[in-house]
Amino acid sequence: MKSMKLIYPLALALAVTLGATGCKHQPVKLTPLPGSPQATVGGGDAGGPLAPSQPFTPDGGGGSGLAGGTGIPVADASLFDGMKEQRDALASYTVHFAFDSAAVKSSEKSKLQAVASALTADTTMKLKIEGNCDERGTDEYNRSLGERRALALREALAKLGLSPDRVKTVSFGKDKPVDPGHDESAWSQNRRGDFVELLPVSDAPKP
Amino acid sequence: MKKHLFSTLILGLTALLTLSVARADPNDIVVPGIIGVPGFTKPILVSLSGFSGETLDVLNFDLYVQGFKVTTPALAQYQITGSNAGNVIGTVTDTVAKQSVLSRSYSGASLRRQAHSFANDIVLTINHVPGIGLTKIAFKKEVGPGHGEIYVADFDGHNQQEVTHDGTIVASPAWVPGHLALYYTTYHPDPEIIYNSLSSGQRTVVARYSGLNTAPALSPDGTTLAMVLSRSGSPNIWVANANGSNPRKLTNTTEDSSPCWSPDGQWICFATKIHERRLLAKVPAGGGEVQTLSTSGHPNPTEPAWSPDGKWIAFTQQTGYGFDLCVMPADGSKPPQLLVAGEHPSWSPNSRTLIFTKRTGYTYALSVLDVMTKQVKDIRRNSGDDSQPDWAR
Repeated sequence: MKSMKLIYPLALALAVTLGATGCKHQPVKLTPLPGSPQATVGGGDAGGPLAPSQPFTPDGGGGSGLAGGTGIPVADASLFDGMKEQRDALASYTVHFAFDSAAVKSSEKSKLQAVASALTADTTMKLKIEGNCDERGTDEYNRSLGERRALALREALAKLGLSPDRVKTVSFGKDKPVDPGHDESAWSQNRRGDFVELLPVSDAPKP
Repeated sequence: MKKHLFSTLILGLTALLTLSVARADPNDIVVPGIIGVPGFTKPILVSLSGFSGETLDVLNFDLYVQGFKVTTPALAQYQITGSNAGNVIGTVTDTVAKQSVLSRSYSGASLRRQAHSFANDIVLTINHVPGIGLTKIAFKKEVGPGHGEIYVADFDGHNQQEVTHDGTIVASPAWVPGHLALYYTTYHPDPEIIYNSLSSGQRTVVARYSGLNTAPALSPDGTTLAMVLSRSGSPNIWVANANGSNPRKLTNTTEDSSPCWSPDGQWICFATKIHERRLLAKVPAGGGEVQTLSTSGHPNPTEPAWSPDGKWIAFTQQTGYGFDLCVMPADGSKPPQLLVAGEHPSWSPNSRTLIFTKRTGYTYALSVLDVMTKQVKDIRRNSGDDSQPDWAR
């Protein structure tokens, strides 16, 4: 009688096993070969993705989607067009950052105040903040980090009264080191935000 | 009698269970014709005889980076014989089955191209997947400080052609699937995203907002461009039409980079930071909730790349030792597997090979990795530092 009772769960296990072995064989799709971009030069781009029905300005305002929670929106790129760069005036106020960080250290506050004062003194000026990284990071991560550093400086300046509409940000990632060395002394120099004055073209250069 | 029957049943059942468990081993991934584990599959042994010069070089390279290992005829599972006097002729013999499985002659174009075609046929015959011999890549070449240009080339680094001649910073080239066209970032003088047809030479600016315009990635169906913009005040993932119109923000996370599409066009995977942790995440391409991907044990993940067959996500991890390539099932069913040192992976069209940036000291070159066997080889390198490769599909 004992062995009879055991037969039933065993039979069930057997049935389940037989069922399970049947279900692994799904047909696997082969990745189709690409439409041979190497096949014929000159023939491969008919009907490509760009068939704009209307002219489109890629730097204008607009755009929709999720709002809020991500910082101070930037001003239209066109508002900074045609201005002349003055790199020397604020060169000594370059702010430096800790590794993998966009946090503005409190020790840098006096530099920010100097920058804010310069922009307050001349309301026709605007400001470009260039964010940079050291070489220890992957390319696009660093491009993003450099931008976050520039944006953090812009927000810090906003708290000192400088309107964010007068500030544009650019990230160079790790592409523009000031020190080409490969040690912390070089890297600490490269993790920086540079301030560049933007002058209306009619302005005479400052003495 | 009953006792014997009972123990036979037990034995039989155990055998069946063992068999079934072995076949359903969760460590196996099923690639057509091959069952293997990323990084732990043994290469297929082949021999090469009768070939010389450039033909031999191409066969050696193509076969190695597609998971074959060249050995003596006595040890080979497949003997590849032929010649290349004038044109390539080749035969592949299965030494176990003792029969020829492929016999072909090639003509036209160049010996190099014929050799690539032969290698493709070898891969197709033995592995039942299309070979990569005739595929193309795009990449960034750093010519000097603050000066880079976009290049295209054969996947093995031959036939390099300069696409841009702008003397400025460039980044992040991305092919338009199925077309001879690229998107990339160029600094003019601020970063903007350009669409560049390689057949007509036409260039169009698709994103030039204040702040960051970078990391373009076109959806597999060619309709939607993903990119990183900071116009909202932080770097976020945005999508737009392929010409850049109708941009819309997809994420509220604030440290986003490197969007990449799932091959079914439903998801965009990207690197970000949530609750102070750097990780990979994905968001529905049409908008919706961001979901984190588990890459536990593999810190600071960036640069995700989703394989064309949908099964894998490769990415770069960063530790104190440097950068390493990792690969994990896209469905998160298993943790990531460490591959080799490297960064910025991009998948071949057949989802078996990765091209990536290899740092040696502080120089950068491109290298190709067979994911299953971990066989890796640098591609041909001219001058400059090459990085950010993208493999054409």
